[in-house]
Amino acid sequence: MSVSVTELADRTRRRQRREAFVTHACLVLGVLIFAFPIYLTIIGSTHDVNTIGRGDVPLVPGGEAVANYTQAWGVGGGRFMGVPAGVMLLNSIIMAICVAVGKIAISLTSAYAVVFFRFPLRMLFFWLIFITLMLPVEVRIIPTIQVMVDLNMTNSYQGLIIPLVASATATLLFRQFFLTIPDEYVEAAKIDGAGPIRFFLDVILPLSRTNIAALFVILFIYGWNQYLWPLLIVNDRSMETVVVGLTKMIGSGDSQNEWNVIMATAVLALLPPVAVVVLMQRWFVKGLTETEK
Amino acid sequence: MATLTLRDVKKSFGPTAVLHGVNLDVRDGEMIVIVGASGCGKSTLLRIVAGLETATSGGVIIDGQDVTPLEPADRDVAMVFQNYALYPHMSVFQNMAYGLKIRGMAREEIIRRVDEAAKLLGIGQLLERKPRQLSGGQRQRVAMGRAIVRNPKLFLFDEPLSNLDAKLRVQMRAEIRQLQRRLNVTSLFVTHDQVEAMTLGDRLVVMHAGHAAQIATPMEIWARPADTYVAGFIGSPSMNFLSATLMEGGAAARLDTNGLVLPFADGPRAGAAGRKLTLGIRPEHLQIGTGGLDIHVELVEPLGGESVLHGRLPDGTALTARLPGATYADGPMGVILPLESLHVFDGETGKRLDPRD
Repeated sequence: MSVSVTELADRTRRRQRREAFVTHACLVLGVLIFAFPIYLTIIGSTHDVNTIGRGDVPLVPGGEAVANYTQAWGVGGGRFMGVPAGVMLLNSIIMAICVAVGKIAISLTSAYAVVFFRFPLRMLFFWLIFITLMLPVEVRIIPTIQVMVDLNMTNSYQGLIIPLVASATATLLFRQFFLTIPDEYVEAAKIDGAGPIRFFLDVILPLSRTNIAALFVILFIYGWNQYLWPLLIVNDRSMETVVVGLTKMIGSGDSQNEWNVIMATAVLALLPPVAVVVLMQRWFVKGLTETEK
Repeated sequence: MATLTLRDVKKSFGPTAVLHGVNLDVRDGEMIVIVGASGCGKSTLLRIVAGLETATSGGVIIDGQDVTPLEPADRDVAMVFQNYALYPHMSVFQNMAYGLKIRGMAREEIIRRVDEAAKLLGIGQLLERKPRQLSGGQRQRVAMGRAIVRNPKLFLFDEPLSNLDAKLRVQMRAEIRQLQRRLNVTSLFVTHDQVEAMTLGDRLVVMHAGHAAQIATPMEIWARPADTYVAGFIGSPSMNFLSATLMEGGAAARLDTNGLVLPFADGPRAGAAGRKLTLGIRPEHLQIGTGGLDIHVELVEPLGGESVLHGRLPDGTALTARLPGATYADGPMGVILPLESLHVFDGETGKRLDPRD
């Protein structure tokens, strides 16, 4: 029982070091599992077409990076010698931003109506919005296509964007947030003489900015990753989004794939979502830390 | 500055009647405190005056003008909320200026008014801060400032002190009163705290179950409560009540508990012998002595200069006494009821019975 204090302190230090080692080992393993495929992609995009074509999987960068990225950005590649990545990225960015902004705008206003106004059948409307959560895009894709065709919206940005804009999830999130806003703000605004639109712009929007930032990140990536809908609604290859374009670059069967260009395009397709996450994260972490009371 | 008249204001939420017809006349510059237990309708009444609720029937008249159909913004009233309702994303200046900005006032005039109000409240150095950087008392002052800059006809306070700690509450209470006197603005102040009510109001409205049980000055209410509810609500500790019966000729009452006969000091009451009465006596009016009531003291609360004694009569009725000094112990004790301090109420309706002339 007679263990000296220095001995105890020593044991504690050793144990803490051991625990730190285990923790870090797990973290490093996790990072490797997630990062390795991306690393392979980036390396692959710096070799010429024959290196990968032979079946080698190089682990060190090659010397063809500039040529590959120039071709991917300006010309494109793959089976159909398709669309330049620059065009596809622009299409994707327009679509993702419009979907995210549109979803946020529509959800904010509909949640505002459902929470702050008393009108007949209010709860019915809320539940109608809510139950659309149960229907994924794939279920209603045939009728939606039909509507878009009838409205002559195929091969257009409207066709890409509008059917994806309504969002029950975002409406629900904003509703829950609005319910936490004290009634007294509404009443103080009434006494101050602020009408519904003033109140929305001056009070509700600024208070929601954290939620808006978080949702923008999620919804931008949702829009960016859309595959089935852009694949169906767009035939004109100049309207193609990058996610669809990438898969079209990969041929099947015996065809020779230009894996170097495909991987360069994949890396380019990765950059805008990463940029959005990095930029917006700073913004909404700031919003989260200075919690309003 | 304005007068306010409430004319038979009634309010029901669905089948539940909350206000059963309240009438009130507030003079120019007067501070009226509406006091009552929770659920008595006092906040509803205030919100009807503000225009945040619509009265089921009756009218609200400000400065001779019937404002019942008007929106809150058009009534020219300002309200201080219990949680202050300061917009968290706006600075103190923006919070105070918001109402003026919406009314389209010129920028220089807004700055002048906000500065003036901030100086008056001693928050001049806080104007650039956000509400979350302020203490409770400072937020309270900002909320008042937001009301003052509007220069409204009427101030409405909805329990503005209940979120503060006890010491600050006493301090803010005095400040509100001084400010209200200085600005001379007609004010309605809602509270459930009877001390707040007594110290703040020129007159009190004691609300009970949707009725204005009594409207009078604090001292009048304390000295001549209109019924047993008001008598028990105002005063601390609460008034003691003893059941009794009226004696022949109406000049005295006999206590039911021990048959003690108490002649009325101020004159006979109307009614036949045997009429049921409730006699009230405030704890501070009881005195030590024999020949009155025998109580058994169960708890002594020393308060320094005086003590509150909680006791029971032989039949189990609770009796509280507030006596000078601190040298009391549990056990049997005799108290006497000074006749001039007795309050006489009807035993069934609880209404005050004054001497017949």
